[in-house]
Amino acid sequence: MFDLSGKRALVTGASGGIGSAIAKALAKQGAEVALSGTRVGALEDVAKDIIGKAHVLPCNLSDLDAVDRLVPQAEEAMGSVDILVNNAGMTRDNLFMRMKDEEWDDVLKINLSAPFHLTRSAIKGMMKRRFGRIISITSVVGVVGNPGQGNYAASKAGLAGMSKSLAYEVASRGITVNTIAPGFISSAMTDELNEKQHEAILQKVPAGRLGTAEEVAACAVFLASEGAAYITGHTLNVNGGMVMI
Amino acid sequence: MSDIEDRVRKIVVEHLNVEADKVTEKASFMDDLGADSLDQVELVMAFEEEFGVEIPDDAAESIQTFGDAVAFLTKATA
Repeated sequence: MFDLSGKRALVTGASGGIGSAIAKALAKQGAEVALSGTRVGALEDVAKDIIGKAHVLPCNLSDLDAVDRLVPQAEEAMGSVDILVNNAGMTRDNLFMRMKDEEWDDVLKINLSAPFHLTRSAIKGMMKRRFGRIISITSVVGVVGNPGQGNYAASKAGLAGMSKSLAYEVASRGITVNTIAPGFISSAMTDELNEKQHEAILQKVPAGRLGTAEEVAACAVFLASEGAAYITGHTLNVNGGMVMI
Repeated sequence: MSDIEDRVRKIVVEHLNVEADKVTEKASFMDDLGADSLDQVELVMAFEEEFGVEIPDDAAESIQTFGDAVAFLTKATA
């Protein structure tokens, strides 16, 4: 039911915690994967851990010309892109009144414009093949907001709105477009929190613990699979009950 | 009937699932042949592939009928 043999996936931000977990999980189900990111060494390390076919395709998502070349490069390397995982994202937190134009622009570019460009390139081939999976990683803060993250929350809410609109357009072509909205996931970023901050976070999470990258990756596997063919325009919330919507 | 006309008609018939005799010069993809806007985009993609040409967006928008498509592709491949 969740077998991905013969499918080809492109994952952005594939050297990060969630991105690498997604790439590994897709590969474990039989998919061939293209790993994109900026840190070549880290991507190669992820590729080494993958059993099966993995390709390293470095790309700086702030360069939209390079972004437009990424899907064609992945198609050349693998033959097609059947599954696109828009995972790469960044934060540039600041209080709204202090937020600089660059902080706004950089985050919107990486988190929203780059996925738009990648998705637009990828759906061409998916429409021809009458199969496609677009999965974008958003965030719980795109729904509920977060102080200091006006730019980040806007980009994630934007990604959700973009996905739903596209889901309408391509549903009849066998292409599903969904998002996964993680809550607090254990990562290098949460490792830096002190105990007090950690406690404060856990108080908001009914599950009483942080989530893991693997738990996010499992959702990506599900949405990519044939089993999820009738799910589109959806957001899977992976947040331990922090926000129930 | 030109070779280009034949090839364009074949794509339209296959893609829109219509009878070949309905695909007349004046037949509009959307009004007469049941295409929606996404079908129209796909037809243009199929034409690009079949004829090895690039059809820019503004030109694509002007291709509304079978005759438009044949005329455009005849010119583009001349």
